[in-house]
Amino acid sequence: MDTGKQEASRQTKIIVGLILAVWALVTIAPFLWMILSSFKSNAEISQMSQSILPHHWTLQNYKDLFISGNFGVYLKNTLIITGFSFIGLLLNAMAGYGFAKFKFKGRGVLFIAVLATMMIPGQVTMIPVYLILNQAHLTNTLTGIILPSLVGAFSIFLFRQFMSNISDSIIEAARLDGASEWYIFWHIILPISKPVLAVQGILTFIGGWNSFLWPLIIANDQKYYTLSVGLQLLQGQHTSDYGLQMAGSSFMVIPIVIIFLIFQKYILQGFNIQAEK
Amino acid sequence: MGKEKLKKYIPYTFIFPALLLLLVFSLIPILVALVISFTGLDITGLGNWSTVKFTGLTNYIQLFNDPTFLQSIGNTIFYVVLGVPLVVFLSLTVAVMINLSQNKFFKTMRLLFYTPSITNTVAVAVVWSYIYNPSLGLLNEILGKIGIAPIGWLTDPNVAKISLIILAVWKAIGLNMLIFLAALQGIPRSLYEAAELDGANFWQQTLHITIPSMRFSIFFVTVTTIIGWFQFFDEPFVMTKGGPLNSTNSMALFVYQNGFQNSNFGYAAAGSFVMFAVIIIATLIQFKLQRKQRGEE
Repeated sequence: MDTGKQEASRQTKIIVGLILAVWALVTIAPFLWMILSSFKSNAEISQMSQSILPHHWTLQNYKDLFISGNFGVYLKNTLIITGFSFIGLLLNAMAGYGFAKFKFKGRGVLFIAVLATMMIPGQVTMIPVYLILNQAHLTNTLTGIILPSLVGAFSIFLFRQFMSNISDSIIEAARLDGASEWYIFWHIILPISKPVLAVQGILTFIGGWNSFLWPLIIANDQKYYTLSVGLQLLQGQHTSDYGLQMAGSSFMVIPIVIIFLIFQKYILQGFNIQAEK
Repeated sequence: MGKEKLKKYIPYTFIFPALLLLLVFSLIPILVALVISFTGLDITGLGNWSTVKFTGLTNYIQLFNDPTFLQSIGNTIFYVVLGVPLVVFLSLTVAVMINLSQNKFFKTMRLLFYTPSITNTVAVAVVWSYIYNPSLGLLNEILGKIGIAPIGWLTDPNVAKISLIILAVWKAIGLNMLIFLAALQGIPRSLYEAAELDGANFWQQTLHITIPSMRFSIFFVTVTTIIGWFQFFDEPFVMTKGGPLNSTNSMALFVYQNGFQNSNFGYAAAGSFVMFAVIIIATLIQFKLQRKQRGEE
């Protein structure tokens, strides 16, 4: 009787596993096709019927990205923007700590104002932010690209959630020892907050690496383009050169997948935190 | 005494930089957008503010007589009505299936399904444009092998919307699956043990224990997905530019095109407020339904 039940559940598991495997294969098929096509020559890719694997593996598409495609500049800009977004991460952490561990006048109202910004769709602020940056002569500069998305309400909210759970007695003890508030933040709060910093750090990296809309709006000059904007330009300019397009896409997708695989443990934990609170 | 006074300001130094940025780039812009939506601000107005005229409700009236805008509302509703149930249903299905076991195979599946969510929309859209290509694309090649005539995935006005939805659903499953998985793992084992004693099989357990216990996360995913789909932008922007014949244009893309391609800032701002209003109404309806459902229990 008991074994019969287990048998049934194993059978269910195998069937479900098979369905999942097929579904997962369909899910990642576009990526596999992208990577394989990026190593095909343009002549091979323009044939009506293609084999899955390239006949002659070539790196020419990747070389072209940097020689004629300007991807070196785009990469540099993307890395600069991503680097600066970590300053934004620090500002979010500071604000989260301020809201979590201090009592001050206006705390409730200010925190609600922060949360309210989460509801505003990007399309509503897109035009006025552009006008504000234009008045400040920051359009077509890296500063103008970086500033609008530097801080985020959701990130502040998550930092506050995590830091509220840090025991007050640790902070009080440090204060009695004469530590300054900033010393406490840097040397006690941030080290304790490692789990949430890890999650937020990865999400910040992904966000910076993928940033598209602000660079697209603010940068008129190709020398300020990010990888996403450059890739979109490439698609417009080399409409039928799919080998080159697939190389550009692979160049954007593969680093993120590698980083995700390294840090996946933290990201998946991060969603547990978010869903439970 | 002076030191005590200084201490009062310390909390503000922690929150000030972030708040200032949110104020300048989120809260003030809302007011600016509201004001310019009642003006005829365009590219000349940008150079010389004195030429900007207050036009009252003209922009809003014009919007509702603009066939392109009305079509983009219709398209957006189509995206939401078809896309949201698909995303919720499919990500819940994947989550329930993956939750069946904790072994390595199922953990690997979780990774594979999540991958599309973290990758860049532009890169993904470029790849899918290639897959959707009528003559060179993978999809029509496979269809051709089983004897189906080529489909104009992005060139046929009747099909293009659905092609974009397929891509967006593919991309959205991973993230929502993780939210559902986290919720699934929070359901007490004892509920299942009791059901097993009563002889309930896997499907009965799913229907009578799993789904009811997940009501909140289903609600959360539904609301965030609806809001996201009302702002559908990247996919039509990169893949179709709103075409063919405006059949894939969304409200968000309409705002972008009018604001940054035609430089009709006032008109675009009015469009963005209509969009904002639609999102708020849809969200309020969701909350009402949720409350009603709770009341019935």
